Amino acid sequence: MCTLEQRGRVFVLTLTGDGEHWLGHSLIGSIRSALSSVAAAGPGAALVTVAEGRFFSNGLDIGWTGGSRARLGELVQALRPLAADLLALPMPTIAAVTGHAAAGGFLLALCHDYRLMRADRGVFYMSEIDIGLPLPPYFVAVLRAKITAAQALRDVILRGKKLRAAEAKEMGIVDVVCPSAAETAAEAIKLAEQLAARKWDGSVYSSIRISLYPEACRSVGIAEESDEEKRKHFASKL
Amino acid sequence: MCTLEERGRVFVLTLTGDGEHWLGHSLIGSIRSALSSVAAAGPGAALVTVAEGRFFSNGLDIGWTGGSRARLGELIQAFRPLAADLLALPMPTVAAVTGHAAAGGFLLALCHDYRLMRADRGVLYMSEIDIGLPLPPYVVAVLRAKITAAQALRDVILRGKKLRAAEAKEMGIVDVVCPSAAETAAEAIKLAELLAARKWDGSVYSSIRISLYPEACRSVGIAEESDEEKRKHFASKL
Repeated sequence: MCTLEQRGRVFVLTLTGDGEHWLGHSLIGSIRSALSSVAAAGPGAALVTVAEGRFFSNGLDIGWTGGSRARLGELVQALRPLAADLLALPMPTIAAVTGHAAAGGFLLALCHDYRLMRADRGVFYMSEIDIGLPLPPYFVAVLRAKITAAQALRDVILRGKKLRAAEAKEMGIVDVVCPSAAETAAEAIKLAEQLAARKWDGSVYSSIRISLYPEACRSVGIAEESDEEKRKHFASKL
Repeated sequence: MCTLEERGRVFVLTLTGDGEHWLGHSLIGSIRSALSSVAAAGPGAALVTVAEGRFFSNGLDIGWTGGSRARLGELIQAFRPLAADLLALPMPTVAAVTGHAAAGGFLLALCHDYRLMRADRGVLYMSEIDIGLPLPPYVVAVLRAKITAAQALRDVILRGKKLRAAEAKEMGIVDVVCPSAAETAAEAIKLAELLAARKWDGSVYSSIRISLYPEACRSVGIAEESDEEKRKHFASKL
């Protein structure tokens, strides 16, 4: 389902195999497990998430739900703490979008700090409008945090636009476009090394990220400090 | 004041006559009436709003207020549910800005999902700063939802900039620039047909739009679901 390796300061989480990397209980659980083990790394670490095959991830495991609303609701709820793990991870995170990223798979990529994407194939696609499903509130919160240009957000959410890398970069969704999957992964690791070399304190990094995306973090269930606690926390860090 | 016609899947709302299409009780009421009749259309519909003459709309009917604050307050309050009707409309909405759109007229255009504008004449203009009127809170909420680039928003609201179509497109306010009024209207209808052909479920479309612009929707008075209600609503839609 996924593997975790350490290359110097960079942790590489790989969604393995040639399939669609459907986010079901199993893969979600495996990813969360891997993230939990990297969270203990000291300062000067970074995470790259990459995928094998033609898909980054095609989203929640709709096949497993077999049309059951209860099952789909379960998966929506199961993805939420994974989003929280990423948004609270005490190190920089980079998604190497090496294939299609649809719905929950698109969200997974958005939960990372940076996105690199291959130009030659693959699209970002928020499919819910076409499927006829409203978006879970925490999905919308993350989308609104990471896609701020009004027309881009509208095109993604309300028009179900399929974005190749170049267009996604123009829309401010992707940071770097690379010619192929291999180069996307390689560049992602290089970027991760640069970020790791800044030796940022992990808990400060996490805290600053949370303050940067407060509505999204609240929405995925990251425990929120009250303003008073934030002031005390800040004061204690000085 | 306005007419409504159906051209295939597209409803065309036309603000009729050569005047400024002042938004007074009468025109507001007529538009709301027309919107209420299209809201019952099934999936696969879309709305285009277009205007005859040199103006899209010059805003609230200041002439009728005769300098009376009470009357101006009335019109501000009368326009708010029209904004709500548009933001909740269960189909894609396209504004064909075929002339000047100032103040309330600019807001009317912003309440649509997409904006096409003629290049050859006409400006978008939020005149309140120049007239010396503060902006009603719901007006600001819609502006902030639809114009997200900080400098663009500042230039529109705080600088009272008059925007021709090309500049409005650069600022992310207009989607498509057309050479003339006739082409603007024609392209708007073509876009509406493309959107209608996606056959989106109207209530899902409306629900997704509301989740996309929650503060603006709350501000214009669209009844808000609590997060708990949203989760239940989402679960029931699965």
